[in-house]
Amino acid sequence: MNPKTTGQIHSFETFGAVDGPGVRFVVFFQGCPLRCLYCHNPDSWNTNIGRVITAEELVKEILKYRSFISKGGVTLSGGEPFLQSEFAEAVITLCKQNKLHTAIDTSGYIPLSVCKGAVDAADMLLLDIKAIDTHMAKKLTGAGIENAIKLLNYCESINKRVWIRHVLLPGWTLDKEQAHSMGVFLKDYKCVEKVELLPFHKFGEYKWESLNLEYSLGNVEPPEPEQVEEIRQILIGYGLNA
Amino acid sequence: MEFTSGNWQKHINVRDFIIRNYTPYNGNESFLAAPTEKTLKLWEKVKELMTEERNSGGVLDIDDKTISTITAHAPGFIDKELEDIVGLQTDEPLKRAIMPYGGIRTVRSSLAAYNRELSSELERIFRHRKTHNDGVFDAYTEDMKKARRSGIITGLPDSYGRGRIIGDYRRIALYGVDYLLKEKKEAKERFVFDIINEEIIGQREEISEQIRALDELKVMAVNYGYDISEPATDTKEAVQWLYFGYLAAIKEQNGAAMSLGRVSTFLDIFAECDLQSGKYTEAEIQEIVDHFVMKLRMVRFLRTPTYDELFSGDPTWVTEALGGMGIDGRHMVTKMTYRFMHTLVNLGSAPEPNMTVLWSVKLPESYKKYCAKLSIETSSIQYENDDLMRVEYGDDYGIACCVSPMKIGKQMQFFGARANLAKALLYALNGGKDEKSGEQVGPEMARIVSDETLDYDEVWRKYDQICNWLSRLYINTLNIIHYMHDKYSYERIQMAFHDESIFRTSACGLAGFSVVVDSLSAIKYAKVHPVRNEAGLTTDFVIEGEYPMFGNNDPRSNEIARMVVEHFMKKLYKHRTYRQSKPTMSILTITSNVVYGKKTGATPDGRKAGEPFAPGANPMHGRDSNGCVASMMSVASLPFEFSQDGISYTFSIVPGALGKNQVQRADNLVSLMDGYFTEGGHHINVNVINREVLMDAMDHPELYPQLTIRVSGYAVNFIKLTREQQLDVINRTFHTRF
Repeated sequence: MNPKTTGQIHSFETFGAVDGPGVRFVVFFQGCPLRCLYCHNPDSWNTNIGRVITAEELVKEILKYRSFISKGGVTLSGGEPFLQSEFAEAVITLCKQNKLHTAIDTSGYIPLSVCKGAVDAADMLLLDIKAIDTHMAKKLTGAGIENAIKLLNYCESINKRVWIRHVLLPGWTLDKEQAHSMGVFLKDYKCVEKVELLPFHKFGEYKWESLNLEYSLGNVEPPEPEQVEEIRQILIGYGLNA
Repeated sequence: MEFTSGNWQKHINVRDFIIRNYTPYNGNESFLAAPTEKTLKLWEKVKELMTEERNSGGVLDIDDKTISTITAHAPGFIDKELEDIVGLQTDEPLKRAIMPYGGIRTVRSSLAAYNRELSSELERIFRHRKTHNDGVFDAYTEDMKKARRSGIITGLPDSYGRGRIIGDYRRIALYGVDYLLKEKKEAKERFVFDIINEEIIGQREEISEQIRALDELKVMAVNYGYDISEPATDTKEAVQWLYFGYLAAIKEQNGAAMSLGRVSTFLDIFAECDLQSGKYTEAEIQEIVDHFVMKLRMVRFLRTPTYDELFSGDPTWVTEALGGMGIDGRHMVTKMTYRFMHTLVNLGSAPEPNMTVLWSVKLPESYKKYCAKLSIETSSIQYENDDLMRVEYGDDYGIACCVSPMKIGKQMQFFGARANLAKALLYALNGGKDEKSGEQVGPEMARIVSDETLDYDEVWRKYDQICNWLSRLYINTLNIIHYMHDKYSYERIQMAFHDESIFRTSACGLAGFSVVVDSLSAIKYAKVHPVRNEAGLTTDFVIEGEYPMFGNNDPRSNEIARMVVEHFMKKLYKHRTYRQSKPTMSILTITSNVVYGKKTGATPDGRKAGEPFAPGANPMHGRDSNGCVASMMSVASLPFEFSQDGISYTFSIVPGALGKNQVQRADNLVSLMDGYFTEGGHHINVNVINREVLMDAMDHPELYPQLTIRVSGYAVNFIKLTREQQLDVINRTFHTRF
């Protein structure tokens, strides 16, 4: 691990309350290989831009907020953190040295061979399962979920704490049948501590417009709370903490 | 009642009584009782009255014939059969009184606002009786009048009660009025010296006034059927005795802020005794507290429209300080602390009393979580850093108004509203001329004429000169105001609940803080071109490039912020003050940030002319882009030692951004407050609310009679704000990232 390893970050949020346990400092990495239709941070896709910073500098910044995040921690999000695995690992390692809890929010798309070091170093993963059906995932994001499953299996083998995250998109993943498949698939994983269902929202739509990108979900409305609850109950039926 | 004995029995020392007798409570809220049948009935009546008040334009009724004194009005009731705690400001609930000693002109214009006239009898009386306001204007210099008119110094208490004095109302319950009278009479006898100079003459006259007021207080209580000569003998009496003292104060003074003090832990001692002896049940004690709080919610003053514009929402600042730590290391949270806050549940949320939690990271976790939970549900609580204040103020201080700490019964302040530092910066550029009127308000000095970008060093040098002038003028203005207030509108009953030897502060304040900080930062780190009008006055700016903005925890901007605070405070220190008071400063605007902004031209940070300032020490709207913790860190970095009258920060967040469920939200809010206060933050208002709710409330106020929101230093009924101020609240930064 080299503390001088540089990475490209999009920005950071000093108060994250919904990206892992407790109050967290969230670092948004710049660059993402996926193109999710509902992405709310499309400005973090481009791998050629972003603020260049060393792991050491970033952690120095993070440590300023120690009084706030001592019970929570640090979450690397993005973008896709594992696109800069070495940098992610360095940041995580330095955070650990300073006794901060660490989490990585990932789509699991990057092969395990590349991201293993960072996975090992982190306290937990927030793993996005884009769609339980890999074909649908491909249509939705540009990639299937094969690597994500491999990553999850690896976490199971090393007892790495995982929270599954899953966006419920009407017309796509907001679907009872898929929820059952998801339940069947996840129920035996001991490493999965929680499944977070994220109802689709359009807060990022304006960013697509400002980047001159075409937003295809303009006519899709966020799901009703009852619909989300229905899916949640299905997952709970499989013994999952949803 | 059997109490642990101590010094408090030898002379007046309420703190000693508390420390020896109180029981810290470590449990959670599960013991709390729901409202009784009686409470619900009574509250229903009060709510009806409040609806009626709202429907009749904000004022239900005015007694325009009677000069309000402690005994001027016959006893008033809401419903005698239902009320545990009695006493109203006038003979009818929500009927407002006139208190003309602050200024007869103010009363006249307040009455005119509600289509009433001062009676000929009162007109006649006040041809012979001078008021505070008359006195002030007799002594004001031309410079002062100009500064007041241009708005570089505003909100001055020169035509209304200065307030911000906290009587130690607990003394009545603990000692009875006769003992207080005896002490005051002895003090008057002691106040005889070889040289009876102006100071001693003044003090002797004041003590005599205090004695007279205490006599009247006893009469008022008798009119309500109570003899308060002796100490209270149970919880109900303790609350009633204490409330009579407070009531006497609000019958005589329409002070800008009429704090209650720090009464809950004191009252808990009585409640614990009564619970143990079986005199009262928990439900009965809660009922007493609920009824007391109803009374505090009904405090009303007659204000002028200009006052309402400045301090919107009909606030009275009945501030009660809760919790905190004792110097001996025990926390001071008692069951009564919970009971007071529980009124927000039993009676619903409300802006008054101004619930102020003295936060310490050492407070019990169960209490912290309870606070967070209530904040999330009601947005009615503010928090102040006990770990910061306890060092200087001990463990028996209260909060005057919004953020000003003072030792109860031992300290008072000369309230000084605030100076508009954003305007001061523009005066620095314009050679002392006002950017709006063109009038020479400040000292004539060379204005900046170069068409080049503004030079930081030159601007700072001129700003420094303007601050020399402004601080001197400001203190001198306060000296006149408070001399006259003491002379014509002395707070005799509130001061009767103080020691004779008082520590006084001259409490100055700043407005436009983040505007000045960002403006200086823009001049230093970006290129700022002045745009001048034909008269040569700089009226707008073109900014090239980016600059670090306050609220992002950028060390460059934090450093400018620290410097601005320290710089002005050090100027204030240099001037002679009335009654040897110690100058202090607050960064607090209440809702006046809107009016101040309106009166101030465009500023070098890119703010357009007339746009509102951020409230208190808040970063400007939308400029804090690294999230709320960075914003809190910037505010927490401001030096409290140079702004001891308080640094106000208002935090608004949508519930979803605070966590995914109730438990997480409360836990995360606790982490935020622990973090903010550990980093040295002084004050925080917490609003957890969706912007959509506020927008809906603007359109359908009738559906949200109790919707409460915290603004700089106090809470208001959202629907009572002016439309302009409602928009200001809605446009403010709401932390929404999730």
